[in-house]
Amino acid sequence: MESIKGFIESLSRARENGFSEMEQLKKSGKKVVGTYCLFAPYEVIAASGALPVSLCGMKEEPIAPAEKHLPRNLCPLIKSSYGYAITGTCPYFFYSDLVVGETTCDGKKKMFEYLGRITPVHVMRLPDSNNREEDYTNWRKEIRYLKERIEKELGLEITDEKLNDSIKEKNEERRVFREFYELSKLDPPPLAGLEVFRVLFSSGYAFDKRKQIETIRDLISAIKDAYTNNKLRTQPGRPRILITGCPIGGATEKVLRIIEESGGTIVCFENCGGTRDREELVDEQADPYEALAKKYLNIACSCMSPNENRITMLSRLIDEYRVDGVIDVVLQACHTYNVETYRIKEFVRQEKHIPYMAVETDYSQGDEGQMRTRIRAFMEMLEPRTT
Amino acid sequence: MYSVGIDIGSVATKAVIFNGGIIESVIIPTGWSPRDASCEALERLLGKSGIERESIQSIIVTGYGRALADFADQAITEIACHGRGAFFLNNSVRTVLDIGGQDSKAISLDEQGSVTDFVMNDKCAAGTGRFLEVMAHLLGGEVQDLDRMAAGAEAQTITNMCTVFAESEVISLLARGASKESIARGILESIASRAVTLLGRVTMEQQLAFTGGASRSAVLQELIEQKIRAKLFVSPHAQIAGAVGAALTGWNALLRKSMTAPAREHNVSAH
Repeated sequence: MESIKGFIESLSRARENGFSEMEQLKKSGKKVVGTYCLFAPYEVIAASGALPVSLCGMKEEPIAPAEKHLPRNLCPLIKSSYGYAITGTCPYFFYSDLVVGETTCDGKKKMFEYLGRITPVHVMRLPDSNNREEDYTNWRKEIRYLKERIEKELGLEITDEKLNDSIKEKNEERRVFREFYELSKLDPPPLAGLEVFRVLFSSGYAFDKRKQIETIRDLISAIKDAYTNNKLRTQPGRPRILITGCPIGGATEKVLRIIEESGGTIVCFENCGGTRDREELVDEQADPYEALAKKYLNIACSCMSPNENRITMLSRLIDEYRVDGVIDVVLQACHTYNVETYRIKEFVRQEKHIPYMAVETDYSQGDEGQMRTRIRAFMEMLEPRTT
Repeated sequence: MYSVGIDIGSVATKAVIFNGGIIESVIIPTGWSPRDASCEALERLLGKSGIERESIQSIIVTGYGRALADFADQAITEIACHGRGAFFLNNSVRTVLDIGGQDSKAISLDEQGSVTDFVMNDKCAAGTGRFLEVMAHLLGGEVQDLDRMAAGAEAQTITNMCTVFAESEVISLLARGASKESIARGILESIASRAVTLLGRVTMEQQLAFTGGASRSAVLQELIEQKIRAKLFVSPHAQIAGAVGAALTGWNALLRKSMTAPAREHNVSAH
């Protein structure tokens, strides 16, 4: 394997590098289904033979055009995603034969209505709780509806057999990524948090799953080799940070960069690109639709009320990764994560007895100066505890 | 052996020379070049105290311009410095409210004066010295005139926290014939409410201290005290608390290096 650094650099361009791969696949007759959220059941799409791809907008450029239709005071992820769609600047959106949305939050739900004007959109009605039996039966029905829509819209067939295969494959992917990010339990961790994040982020743009799983396995063994030979890529004794909150990536990588430039090491990502989808697997023995409904509805997103799963998850991750401080990254106007910061702060401070900080940000770079001060002050607070 | 702390704020640059106690301090406007301001503050400080540059063993910078002062030994955030500075000025302080030119913050401290929690205002001028400055100019005065104008007046409520919106609100109030005095008091009221909201987001443990440029306003202090029903400790050195914290940090590091006990953080100025 080439150098770890070079390898991670190539993975961090996975989104851009995937454009031409997808073009080829489209030419060979493959169908593409775009998604905006972890709640879209990957396995159902993959079982049809279509390629699932994430369409979440992570950059600032499409926001201005999106604001022709959408209010300014709306989450940047929604605006960026919509902006990419209407300006035709995202190849993945362009190649998508069907777009799957969910009623996760009010902003997305209403945005999908407009998106439906320019492309076929299937919106799944996500229950906003997971503590009643009917939540699971309703979600199971929604997964069936998605299956039927894909079959009808794309002329593909989803058999139980193919679905079971796709469940097994996705579980394997989850396991291998988990093995990868769990390397950060080591002290010091073998990779910087930003590097770990970039590898995790690339997973949505790898269209050959078998190949991807092998690549990550190779990467894991290369990292282990380097670590046992004392080739450290991080400094020991730095505060170990857990990131929680909204989906991040692209423009919001700034938060990760600032944390690590300010003296912290990110060891865990309790968010959409990190642990959120990967800690719980789909039961391979049960009825596939039931198993999928259970796994997906248990995702600890703030759109669930109550959202006890997030507390349980955080509690375990803080212990397992020996976390010194928690940073909650919240996108502006993301009401559910924003409201939840108070609960998370209370829990982290009072039950886990470690410092907590929330950082509210958007896709602009204008808040870097103040963010740097806040994050550095947080590290100054943590350093006496860790050194 | 001396240490220097320089707090390069958006409006004023404060510098302190220290040897376990405050020897001398200067406050100059930052102007357009934070780096030049920090150099000038240091020179003036040396001139004023008659201490040679060679006798300064540590220079620590803080404040928004801290990254630009390349001559410094270390840069520390203003949160840590204001916390340490306020604690040095009065070691019973557990909560610090700092209102500077471009940001405001509430800081919680433990019994050792270490920061345990903090919150800062959003990335805008609401509730900061800049807000006061813009409003004072509208009333044809400077920040220091607001207190005199507001003393004894009945407050005219200013509903907008945003500097830009508050500006047009004040203009229309003036056009409707509201007195300058009532508007001045309303402006200070509005800053006080903002500060109390900020304080409400940390555990407001007593003793509370008020630092930063805005702490020079006695009316503002009084308004905040009324709202939180507690007294604020305002040291005569409150405006330079950040620079004191920086100088103290450097001093303690020097002491540690020379293998002696750290400076007793005695109370030199509590009234």
